[in-house]
Amino acid sequence: MSNYQEIISQYRPLLEIIVYGSAVALILIGLYAVLVKKHLVKLVIGLSLIDSGVNLLFVGVGYVTNHTAPIFSPGFETAADKMVDPVPQALVLTAIVIGFAVTALALSLVIRLYRHHKTANVEQLNRLRW
Amino acid sequence: MIKRSFVVFLLLVLGVAVYEAFRQAPFGQNRIGNVDHPQSVSAFYLKHSPETLHTANSVTAIVVNFRGFDTLGEVTVLFLAATGLASILYRRKEEEEAAEKGHLPQRIQLPSSVLVRTGAKILFPLILMLGIYVFVHGHLTPGGGFQGGAIIATGFLLMFITYKRFNVNHNVLIWLESLSGLAFVLTGVYGLISYGSFLQNTGWTGRLNDLISGGLIPLIYIFIGIKVGTELTNVLDTLLHTKPRRNE
Repeated sequence: MSNYQEIISQYRPLLEIIVYGSAVALILIGLYAVLVKKHLVKLVIGLSLIDSGVNLLFVGVGYVTNHTAPIFSPGFETAADKMVDPVPQALVLTAIVIGFAVTALALSLVIRLYRHHKTANVEQLNRLRW
Repeated sequence: MIKRSFVVFLLLVLGVAVYEAFRQAPFGQNRIGNVDHPQSVSAFYLKHSPETLHTANSVTAIVVNFRGFDTLGEVTVLFLAATGLASILYRRKEEEEAAEKGHLPQRIQLPSSVLVRTGAKILFPLILMLGIYVFVHGHLTPGGGFQGGAIIATGFLLMFITYKRFNVNHNVLIWLESLSGLAFVLTGVYGLISYGSFLQNTGWTGRLNDLISGGLIPLIYIFIGIKVGTELTNVLDTLLHTKPRRNE
């Protein structure tokens, strides 16, 4: 256990690069898809990638080295000063659900557009009337 | 090509800016502070979740109790999304027939193999049981109403994609969803009447790590679990079955 904690402490800068870096990378990949891709489904995938990146960033900010999950299970009742930040986790829980709702609604709009125009390509959706 | 490279350049600048901004909050640094004499919101929650509310999972304590009103709004957003989805994808019968006559590709209607069908039949009740376990134990273990509801919906998704003729009773879904949402609000009103504040928890909160502890928290999370489970099942049903239902 202590050996594991030492390893974690030793590689903290590397972990920072991995967690923050992958979160920022996810956001950028999602933004790239939103800006460049022409297919509407790919656009929605980009949006949900941005969502994942932001969530990862939040949870990463709340992490405290060598601390445990904020759950007072048997044996951890008095370990409150050894726990990671619960607030970002609660916020991310909310954000995931909202992200799901947004994705579902966006996909339904895409389905509707596809039914009407027989295409999901943004370039060909230039008739702004129904 | 110029546009694309411009986008890449812009995104790189943005990425460096965001990364540098978050470097100011170093990874793994303790920003909670002293828990016994809380100076931050996190420390306050960590102190009062086991001491006052006797709720083992402090994330649940935040979501359902400290920020219960926020969660009520969140459930409303989910409900609105499900309703919006159903109304956007709604089709009249003539439209449906016209689409089938046209060259729109229909969903592939291959029957599933025996293995998949038997496996789904065995797994479905187990998945439902896991989902119910997760939201009943939301205040003790990781998980909760939203996660349990999502697990239940995956069970229904498995049945939807295995059995093409698998149908859920829409009236039951809608009633369950509405009643659990109403029960959530009524729990809040109960707090308002008894303790003078909306969604206020009861004074009696039991013992830490008991199944019945945390006052109204498990009750509210069970309502949320039922609501989210039925709602997501409804969404899946709407997305997968474009055909109009008989009662419409």
